[in-house]
Amino acid sequence: MINVVGIVLFTLLGATALALVRVRNLFAVVMLAGVYSLLSAGLFTVMDAVDVAFTEAAVGAGISTVLFLGALALVGHREARPGHRPILPLVVVAVTGATLVYGTMDLPGFGDPANPVHHHVADHYLEESSREIGIPNVVTSVLASYRGYDTMGETTVVFAAAVGVMLLLAGRRRTPAPEPDEAPAGAADR
Amino acid sequence: MRDDFIVRVGARIVTPFIVTFALYVHFHGDFGPGGGFQAGVILAAAFALLALVYGLEAVQRVLPPWFARACAALGVLIFAGVGVVTMLLGHNYLGYNALAHDPKHGQHYGILLVEFGVLVTVFGVMTMVFYLFAGRAGRDE
Repeated sequence: MINVVGIVLFTLLGATALALVRVRNLFAVVMLAGVYSLLSAGLFTVMDAVDVAFTEAAVGAGISTVLFLGALALVGHREARPGHRPILPLVVVAVTGATLVYGTMDLPGFGDPANPVHHHVADHYLEESSREIGIPNVVTSVLASYRGYDTMGETTVVFAAAVGVMLLLAGRRRTPAPEPDEAPAGAADR
Repeated sequence: MRDDFIVRVGARIVTPFIVTFALYVHFHGDFGPGGGFQAGVILAAAFALLALVYGLEAVQRVLPPWFARACAALGVLIFAGVGVVTMLLGHNYLGYNALAHDPKHGQHYGILLVEFGVLVTVFGVMTMVFYLFAGRAGRDE
């Protein structure tokens, strides 16, 4: 049953990806990207990674769709025709993809419980979490307690990224200042 | 969109539930899926919805950009501050056991506080980025 759900989701995911490449209307592209995220979230749920699925649904399908729409309001809804033949990029992508697939040949089997990655610290987390941390969701205990430093680093990265966006987008405000009709009060209201 | 009656009323009805759900996701993160990051995104989405329906200015009167910016920095401060507090209490940096007499309670408090820091930062960052995009779109017209 799970397999059927997985196959259906993967098929839809592939179809969405193809449509994303073909469609030239950027509004449709943004919506399809949201659909793609939602389907990925469904796949993560099937794989029992509910925390990841939650993040994907909230960030990928939710807030980033809104941000893309905000960007579309700036750049318009039509994608420009590419000015070059797609042959060279296609070759580069195909070669890179083939190299990556070749690289996965040496990886241990997918989902094999005997994989080394599952026996480094994961055993300790799973067995001792309820005694040491005392909360049922092991994902949270790993994220916030065992790997607290990592999460603090991530939070700092999010903050740093926001500072970068702020410098890029808000910095422009001063440049066109000499214009006589400095945006009237209602112009920013949209 | 601001003249659409159904959208206006719908957004007004849904928003408190989105905010409540965000808080639920944060405080229930120890028991179910979710945590500070997701909660922050959902909370920001609530304000993005209001801005889409009622206009950016109306939302910025409730939640000014300087507040979102302050939130983005404050969250990191909360997270790092918890670590400093545990150090002052004689444990390792981010060693939550120090926060209560029972180590498990300490862990629980520590995780909630730290996740709250993540929530505040993510909420501030997402709201600010949305403001910047939406604000530029308005200015260029």
